[in-house]
Amino acid sequence: MKFDVNEQGYYGQFGGAYIPEMLYPNVEELREKYLSIIYESGFQAEFHKLLKDYVGRPTPLYLAKRLSERYKATIYLKREDLCHTGAHKINNTIGQILLAKRLGKQKIIAETGAGQHGVATATVCALMGMECIVYMGKLDMERQRPNVERMRILGTTVVPALSGSMTLKDATNEAMRHWINHPTDTHYIIGSVVGPHPYPDMVTRFQSIISEEIKKQLQAEIGNPYPDYMLACVGGGSNAAGAFYHFLSDEHVNLIGVEAGGKGVDSGESAATTALGKPGVLHGSKTLLMQTVDGQVIEPYSISAGLDYPGIGPLHAHLFDVGRVQFLNVTDDEAMNAGIELSRTEGIIPAIESAHAVAALQKLDLYEDDVVVINLSGRGDKDLETYIRWGKY
Amino acid sequence: MKNRITDLFEKKGKNILNIFYTAGFPLLNDTRRIAESLEAAGADIIEIGIPFSDPIADGPTIQESNKIALDQGMHLSLLINQVRELRSTVTTPVILMGYLNPVMQYGVEKFFRDAAAAGVDGLILPDLPLHEYVNTYKSLAESLNLSVSFLISPTTSEVRIKQIDSVSSGFIYAVSSSSTTGAKKEFSEEQISYFKKLQSLDLENPFLIGFGIFDFKTYSQACSYAAGAIVGSSFITALKESNDLPFDIKSFVRSIRSK
Repeated sequence: MKFDVNEQGYYGQFGGAYIPEMLYPNVEELREKYLSIIYESGFQAEFHKLLKDYVGRPTPLYLAKRLSERYKATIYLKREDLCHTGAHKINNTIGQILLAKRLGKQKIIAETGAGQHGVATATVCALMGMECIVYMGKLDMERQRPNVERMRILGTTVVPALSGSMTLKDATNEAMRHWINHPTDTHYIIGSVVGPHPYPDMVTRFQSIISEEIKKQLQAEIGNPYPDYMLACVGGGSNAAGAFYHFLSDEHVNLIGVEAGGKGVDSGESAATTALGKPGVLHGSKTLLMQTVDGQVIEPYSISAGLDYPGIGPLHAHLFDVGRVQFLNVTDDEAMNAGIELSRTEGIIPAIESAHAVAALQKLDLYEDDVVVINLSGRGDKDLETYIRWGKY
Repeated sequence: MKNRITDLFEKKGKNILNIFYTAGFPLLNDTRRIAESLEAAGADIIEIGIPFSDPIADGPTIQESNKIALDQGMHLSLLINQVRELRSTVTTPVILMGYLNPVMQYGVEKFFRDAAAAGVDGLILPDLPLHEYVNTYKSLAESLNLSVSFLISPTTSEVRIKQIDSVSSGFIYAVSSSSTTGAKKEFSEEQISYFKKLQSLDLENPFLIGFGIFDFKTYSQACSYAAGAIVGSSFITALKESNDLPFDIKSFVRSIRSK
C-alpha cells in the first residue's frame, strides 16, 4: 500500500531504526520475523479469538443521535472505550504478547504514561503467565494512582522512572535501558506507533483492526464503507494509526488527527507536535519532535497524561508531511468541555484523550449529509480525578 | 596531517587509556581544564560527550552529568569552541561522542566539518545507523581525516562485527557487557570469552573495551585482550567529588594505570 513502511523501515523521510548497537540484535530479530509470525494462520486464529472472546471485539459503531443533532451531521462513535481494560491499547498488547511467546521470550517490559498501556500489558501478562515490569514516571505514578494499583493487582512490578522530568518520555528511556541490560530473555512491548522500525508498523497493524471493523460496520449501516471524516486523537498516535489505516488509500475520506494544544499552542505548555515540532530522533526513530534549537527534547504538557508525548509516530509525521492527514489541536478547556458534552448528550464519559477528538467537531465545516466517525479510544473512569479537579460540570 | 588516533595506535598500540567525560560538567567551562589535566596525567585519548536530554545507553551517573551540563547551558556549538580553544595547549587525540539528535539539529555535515576544523580527531555517534553513515557521511569523514568508531556488544553477531570493522576507522568500541554505562563489577567468564573471541577475529581495526572499566584490575584485564580501555562513569564520579580538578584527575588516572 502507498503509505506502508518501505523495506528500510521508512515512511518518506521519517522512521528508521536509530538505536545503539546494544539494541540492534533484538530489533533486527523483530524486523526479520514480525511479518511472518503475525500473518501465520495459527497466530491470526489465536489473535482474533482473543480479540473476540477476551477483549470483546468487534466494538460497536454507535450512532450518536443527540450529538448528531447538535452538530447537524451523522456522527458515529467507534466504541474502543468498551474494550476490556477500557481502551484500544489492549489490541496491541494481545498481538505483541503472542509475538513474544513465539520469539521464545519469558519476560515482558513496557512503558506507560497515564497507565492505560501499562494496565493493558499487565493484563495480557497475567493472561499468559509471563513476568512483567512496567516503567512509569514517578510523577505519573502519583497522578495515576488507581492504574498503578491495577497493575500491581495484576501481578506486575511497577518501577518508577526517576530520571528527567519523570513522565512518559523518561519511562520510555528507562524501559529501553532495561532492554539493553536484558537483551536475550525480554521482549519490550511498546505501547504506541513510536520506536525503532518495525515497532511503528507492527503496532499499526495490530491496531488496524479498528478501521477494518469501521469499514464493515459502516457498510452495514449506511451502505458504503467510507465516512466523510475520520477523527482520532494523537499522542504517539496508536489509536489514530489504527483508525486511519484502512482509509489511507481512500483519499476522499478526510482523516483528522487531533493533538493536545494544552493551554494553547503558543503558551509554552502544549503537546501539539505537528504545530511545534521539527524533524529529529527520539526513542529510535526519526520523526517530528518538540525540541530546542540545540536538539534537546522539550517536555510537553497536556491535561491528558496519554497525550503529553514530545513526538508522534513516524507514520503520522509522514502523513502530515504529505498532507494525507490534517492535524488540528484543541486546548485543555475545549477537550474538558467536550468530555462533559459527550457525557450529557450520550451518557458516555470519555477518556480525556478521546475527548480531544470529540472537541474537534466544532472545528469542522460540516454539511448535513456528512458522515463522521470519531474513534472513542478510551473511557473516562481513569480520569475522574481530573474531571473532579477541573470541576466545571 | 596524520590522524592523531591512527598515529597513536601505530606508535603505542597497547595499554591505551581513553577517558570519557561530559562537556560542560562539573562546570560549564571545565571542558578545557579537564582535557589539559588528562593530558598532563597521561591519558591517551580524550573522549568528550555531547550532552543530550535523553541518553538511553547511559546509566544514572552519566545521565546526571548530562542534565547538569544542560542546565548550565551547554550546547554543541559551545563545545566546538571549547575544543578549538583547548587545541592551543592539548595535543592528545580528542573524540566527540554524542547521540544523533543534537548533531542533526546542528547539521550532521556541518558538525563533521566544524569538529574537524576545531581539532577533533574522531567521532562516536552510537545511534547513527551504520548504513546511513556509509551511504551519506563516510566519504566526508574520510576527506576530513576524521576517524569514526562504531560500537559492538556481546550480542553482536560475527557477521555484523566484520561489517562494522570494515566501515570503522581508528578503533572499534567493544562494549564489555549487555548493559548501560556505569556497571561496576568484576568481569565474568562469559565476558572474558567474548574478549577472547574478539581477539581471535583478527579485525582490521584495534578495539578498546568500554563499559564497566573502573579500576586497575578491570583496566589491566581489558588491556590484556584489547589495545586498551575506555573509562567513563567512574571518572565522572571522581570529577563530581573533586575540589581540586588537576590533582584529583592525576590521582584518578594513576589509580587506573597502577595498583
